[in-house]
Amino acid sequence: MAKKHKWVDLIGDPLNENNPITVQILGICSALAITVKLMPAIIMALSVMVVVAFSNLIISLMRNYIPTRIRIIIQLLVVAALVILVDQVLRAYQYEVSKQLSVFVGLIITNCIVMGRLEAFAMGNKPLDSFLDGIGNGAGYGLVLIIVAFFRELLGSGTLFDHKVIPQWLYDHGYVNNAMMLLPAMALITLGIYIWVQRALYPKLTEK
Amino acid sequence: MDRNSNTYTILFASIVVVVIGVLLSLAAMGLKPMQEQNIRQEKMTDIMYTIGLDKENLTKKAEAEGLKFNYKTIEKYFKKYFVKQYALKADGSVDENVKAFNIKMKTEVKKPVEKQRFPIFIAEQNGKKYYVIPLYGKGLWDDIWGYIALEDDLNTVKGIKFGHKGETPGLGAEITKKWFENEFKGEKIYDNNGTFKGITVLKGNKDPKNTDKEDNEVDAISGATLTSNGVTNMLQERLKHYVPFFNKIKNKK
Repeated sequence: MAKKHKWVDLIGDPLNENNPITVQILGICSALAITVKLMPAIIMALSVMVVVAFSNLIISLMRNYIPTRIRIIIQLLVVAALVILVDQVLRAYQYEVSKQLSVFVGLIITNCIVMGRLEAFAMGNKPLDSFLDGIGNGAGYGLVLIIVAFFRELLGSGTLFDHKVIPQWLYDHGYVNNAMMLLPAMALITLGIYIWVQRALYPKLTEK
Repeated sequence: MDRNSNTYTILFASIVVVVIGVLLSLAAMGLKPMQEQNIRQEKMTDIMYTIGLDKENLTKKAEAEGLKFNYKTIEKYFKKYFVKQYALKADGSVDENVKAFNIKMKTEVKKPVEKQRFPIFIAEQNGKKYYVIPLYGKGLWDDIWGYIALEDDLNTVKGIKFGHKGETPGLGAEITKKWFENEFKGEKIYDNNGTFKGITVLKGNKDPKNTDKEDNEVDAISGATLTSNGVTNMLQERLKHYVPFFNKIKNKK
């Protein structure tokens, strides 16, 4: 019998104490690649959320019927179908952003968070719980992405959502955008600082 | 039915595959018109960019006329400025059966030269004529493409726009940046004797500040030699097919 989950925990846990990126260190690759600007990061976060939530829901609905021997293949099939769907929709309605995200939408298929949640949660839990778990994990992934993208766009380009936010007089007084922030290396460092701050605030996350 | 039997497994897999296949093809068919409109819109904005009508400029124009900046407006401006478009044969004559805008460069460049049709878009703005030619070639990792606009003399570059599929970020990918595109402005594609030269993207040339606009050379990006060579080859290979057409126009004058 599957254990009972509180809905608040299902969504709340992955945001912080069980965050897929900063605690489980999953999905790092895409987190580094598409956090140069806020807009693509948000679209990516939403795409991942949709894919995790719905693949969780679908797999959970089928969980009692999936033959165990081919369960990974079936999971992959569902994930791939959803990813292609998301990609097609983005190309139709968010063409500019979909060009910036390029291969990374397709690579959601290989994002460990998706398969991880399917195996760890959706295969053994009820559809609604699984759906919420997907929303939670997608949001946890998205939260980190958006925070990292916020700092990278602000410090790297001096803009937010492509609007100038750093006032001109700062530039006149010798302030320059840090071009390093645009490179993936600084994304890793920003992410590292995020994890550091998080663990300093929640000491129980620190490994002994 | 036994859930571990082979029959069940195969049956289950087949049903899932068929259902997903049908769903995906329906979605792809439904979204196709929108996606193609996006591609056409991008093509039009890229072409207009080369003659100085960039997005900012167009938005201002649209606002002044009380129009929204969308596909319809872009198409309206494109039709307004680009008065003519031709699909040229290799000898410079016009093929009336082909619409230049519909030529897909990616597939066109793979055909033998005599079978290719070379699109050219002719714009009129403030009494001046511009000739826009699509480019397509190979970069270091994958395809690169672009549009080049020539001024009335069919020699001076008015503007250029590059695109790439997978050049190295920070190196080859810099070709799409404004500073690189600006280097081409005013550069000539013929040398002083009137021979077709194209434009060479060269590292360590004698004119790194690019003040000499007659030398058919622009300064390359450090660390992106192979992409730069790709750009050089693309310009040379594409533009040379238009020389017969250029000669015809020049003879008429």
